[in-house]
Amino acid sequence: MTPVAIDSNTLITILAVLAPFFAAAVAPFLTRLMGHNAAWPLAIVPAGIFMHFAGYVPAVAEAQTFVAIRDWAPAYGINLSFYIDGLSTLFALLISGIGTFIILYAGGYMKGHAQQGRFFSFLFLFMGAMLGLVLGNNLITLFVFWELTSITSFLLIGFNHLKERSRRAAVQALVVTGGGGLLLLAGFILIITATGQIEMSALLRDPDVLKDHALYVPIFILILGGAFTKSAQFPFHFWLPNAMEAPTPVSAFLHSATMVKAGVYLLMRMHPLLGGTELWTTVLPLFGGITLLVGTILAVRQTDLKLMLAYTTVASLGLLVMLTGVSSERALEGAVLYLFAHSLFKGALFMVAGTIDHEAGTRDVTKLGGLRKAMPVTFAAACLAALSMSGLPPFIGFIAKEVLYYGTWGAPAAAMALTVTAVVGNALMLVIAAAVALKPFLGEKVKTPKEAHEGPLLLFSGPVVLSVAGLVAALATTATGFYLIGPMLSSLVGEPQEVKLVLIPPYINAPLILSVITIALGVALYTQLDRLRALIKGVLDAIGWGPDKGFDQVIAGLVTLSGAFTRLVQGGKMQTYMLATFVVIAASVLVPGYLGGGWPAMPDFPEYRFYEWSVFLIAVIGLIAVLIAKSRLTAIVSLGIQGFAVALIFMMFAAPDLAFTQLMVETLSVVILALVMTRLNLQPRDRRPWGAALATGVVSIGVGAGLALTLIAITQQPFDLRLSEFFTEYSYSLAFGRNIVNVILVDFRGIDTLGEIAVVCLTGLCVLALIRVRTRPDKEEEPEAGADTPAKKAEAR
Amino acid sequence: METGLAILIGLFFTVAVYLLLSKSIVRILLGIAILGNAVNMLIFTAGRLTREVPPVIPNDLYVPAEATANPLPQALVLTAIVISFSFFAFLLVLAFRAYQETGTDDVNEMRIAEPKDDPAPPQGY
Amino acid sequence: MRTIIFRTIAPYLAALMVLFSIFVLLRGHNEPGGGFIGGLIAASSLAIYGIACGVASVRRAIVFHPMAISGFGLFMGAAAGLLGLFYKQPFMTSQWWPIYLFGVEIKLSTPLIFDIGVYLVVVGAIGSIALALEERESD
Repeated sequence: MTPVAIDSNTLITILAVLAPFFAAAVAPFLTRLMGHNAAWPLAIVPAGIFMHFAGYVPAVAEAQTFVAIRDWAPAYGINLSFYIDGLSTLFALLISGIGTFIILYAGGYMKGHAQQGRFFSFLFLFMGAMLGLVLGNNLITLFVFWELTSITSFLLIGFNHLKERSRRAAVQALVVTGGGGLLLLAGFILIITATGQIEMSALLRDPDVLKDHALYVPIFILILGGAFTKSAQFPFHFWLPNAMEAPTPVSAFLHSATMVKAGVYLLMRMHPLLGGTELWTTVLPLFGGITLLVGTILAVRQTDLKLMLAYTTVASLGLLVMLTGVSSERALEGAVLYLFAHSLFKGALFMVAGTIDHEAGTRDVTKLGGLRKAMPVTFAAACLAALSMSGLPPFIGFIAKEVLYYGTWGAPAAAMALTVTAVVGNALMLVIAAAVALKPFLGEKVKTPKEAHEGPLLLFSGPVVLSVAGLVAALATTATGFYLIGPMLSSLVGEPQEVKLVLIPPYINAPLILSVITIALGVALYTQLDRLRALIKGVLDAIGWGPDKGFDQVIAGLVTLSGAFTRLVQGGKMQTYMLATFVVIAASVLVPGYLGGGWPAMPDFPEYRFYEWSVFLIAVIGLIAVLIAKSRLTAIVSLGIQGFAVALIFMMFAAPDLAFTQLMVETLSVVILALVMTRLNLQPRDRRPWGAALATGVVSIGVGAGLALTLIAITQQPFDLRLSEFFTEYSYSLAFGRNIVNVILVDFRGIDTLGEIAVVCLTGLCVLALIRVRTRPDKEEEPEAGADTPAKKAEAR
Repeated sequence: METGLAILIGLFFTVAVYLLLSKSIVRILLGIAILGNAVNMLIFTAGRLTREVPPVIPNDLYVPAEATANPLPQALVLTAIVISFSFFAFLLVLAFRAYQETGTDDVNEMRIAEPKDDPAPPQGY
Repeated sequence: MRTIIFRTIAPYLAALMVLFSIFVLLRGHNEPGGGFIGGLIAASSLAIYGIACGVASVRRAIVFHPMAISGFGLFMGAAAGLLGLFYKQPFMTSQWWPIYLFGVEIKLSTPLIFDIGVYLVVVGAIGSIALALEERESD
């Protein structure tokens, strides 16, 4: 691989990635100002990003790669760093290019919606997250953007938040993809631990190090967990069709080129690092193949245009994963081509479906027909996109299908099974493509909820441009292969690849024959579409359970479980909480000492003077008196006794400041306690059953003994006096004070004291507030009492 | 020299914890007051004890002539005493107000934040 | 509690205690004492005065609401830290301005201002708590 160059336009590249976030901030204001026409100026942002990354295409085609780095959290090795190579360039172009038309489309589709500005905002946030994801070089940065796509897609899918189905779909998408994101984070951290590298560009420089690493299998599983959930692979496919609850611009954006492709992107990005192993070539094709078949079969069962497209998206993702899993160069080339083609035609078809829905008022395919006269432009765009999806010449879909058949046919293992899966899947996709593009437009004119007519420029510009792009890319075979597909394939394989695409096969070979079989099978199935649909529906009804239902059951189970658990640990009994706290404290001081032998040495019998012993004795008497006090007066007085004893202890051990303070505090405590307690008609006597008294007694003795032992152990350690010596030495010479304690308080550690007096001030306010809370209603009552009737008074309250 | 005081502090903690585990709010308050003293003395003792020589520099000197008591824990504890007192006052008023609102001094009967028949969490989205 | 003797003595006692508290506050930098202790003594004097003669007369005597005093103390403390700003020094750097009056050196300094702030905060906050609780007693 050629060495990585520092991007000469680092700042512009980073600004380009962050630009959508700025646009998101501006969008609501602009929409308030200009209404739906704000789409025009807003679309300049993604268009500009497209232009910026298009500028890299020639250099990237010559196998150059770039990084743009800015510090983010350098202490943790986390940088805002972006990697520009064939893979990320093509993705960035697709995201910004399709994004431009999505913004325009959203302007038309959401016209007049009260929250259109917010919608633009969410779209831009998502776009920024997606750009950061595909360009992310630093693994942690990549993860952050990855989760950002999950969060922003949650906002987009749940945009119609007043509908329960939307909320459910949004939560489902967030749980599935966000959960997968956590797996991904674990995987990334393992990669960082295994290799010591955090930058993707550095990892790719030495790609084989992970494949033989002891951590390969866990890394593989975790990365797959992230990719499969994001890209809706079986059995996580259920969130994607549910996400169709979102407004159509969202579906067109998320489910064509962006969100769901993130998982595929990740697999492709990781291919040089993790790919090609036996595990890789077994697991990926297996899950991909199952997803392909499940997706297409479920798609046939649907009658809703968007749902049909959604399930074929699942199928296409399966196909991509399968091809990436085959890992041969031809299969990878097929994957790259198909990804490119799919982004174009699926984006266009989703927008077509949305336009039909918008103009005709329904998107149920059985209630649509004969729209070709009313919506000629949309019809044309639909046809072009559907032809590409069906894999017919002369469209990019055809080239992709040829190459991918080549890949499966020549697969190192299980070539036959893969090929049959691909043929069946593609045939069913042709069926769906035909159903989406032809059914609503051809045949008898059916009465629709709204009188259908052609949508405005904002609505049809996207489908037209994208479907025509599918045609142009196929006609300009050499350029497409050289500038877009080749560089991306190079990134996947890990070394420069040259791609020569041909639109017309020079001779009859296996892929061409397979194509013919696919088309024949597809057309045959299309004629039997209604019967096929009934059959699949019958089978599915017979099974009656799917991962979607399973998701609900899991969530319900979790809520029930957490409710039960909360009730268990938060039973509402204060004593339980306290007991748990103190048991933990006792254990944390006692257990380490017991295990680690950290007990203090047996101390000498303490030598105290007579008066010291008597002060200790007073303290003990005070404590015991508090414990057994039978009336509140005794309790208050005993509390005072132990407090004054503490003051005396401070006095004896050369702390006059503390002694004075303690003395004043104890005096005030007794006064305040007496003031409050006389208002409380309470018996301070403790009535505990013997068992409880014993248990609590043991715990308290445990805490007390543990802390005493810890303290003795501490005092037996050598003491570090440096701080105290510093304060003593400089108290007068620097701070001109002879009372060192006071100098520490007001000078050396003045900021601490400032914080502390702020706390004292605040507690004063809190006490005042607490007392006022009660007295206010009483005072308000007084003036009213004479004039108002009791009924009015009750009302006022 | 610290050992004896350490044992006394252990006794302070024992009494404080035993009172805190009561269900009568008055005794919990008493426990809090004692706990404050216990913690203050713990910090004080951990900074080592010295008899009779307070951390004050004599009038004609720039540094103390002999080893004084450790000033740092004293400074820490001094503010701690005042703060623990103001918090004690706050808790006292809080407990008093709670008693007025709920009409009981049994903490297990005060169930406004965690009512007894709390409904199960809602299912659905 | 409101015996005639107590009621007669209380104002003088309180005044004496306030005086003593100021003495303790001012000598705090060189002898045991300081803002915290002084503040607590003054707060106790307010509490005693309140118990003896009623909260209303205390509130009249101190003119301002105790929490206002406390807040002003906090402001003084923070402002004392900011004075170093005029000398381009970091927050809380102490400044000293010795003044000679009748041949005696009086050291004016930011730590002194800060300590007075501490004193006011403690008097205000603790006094406010004590007075508030005594007020409950009387009604």
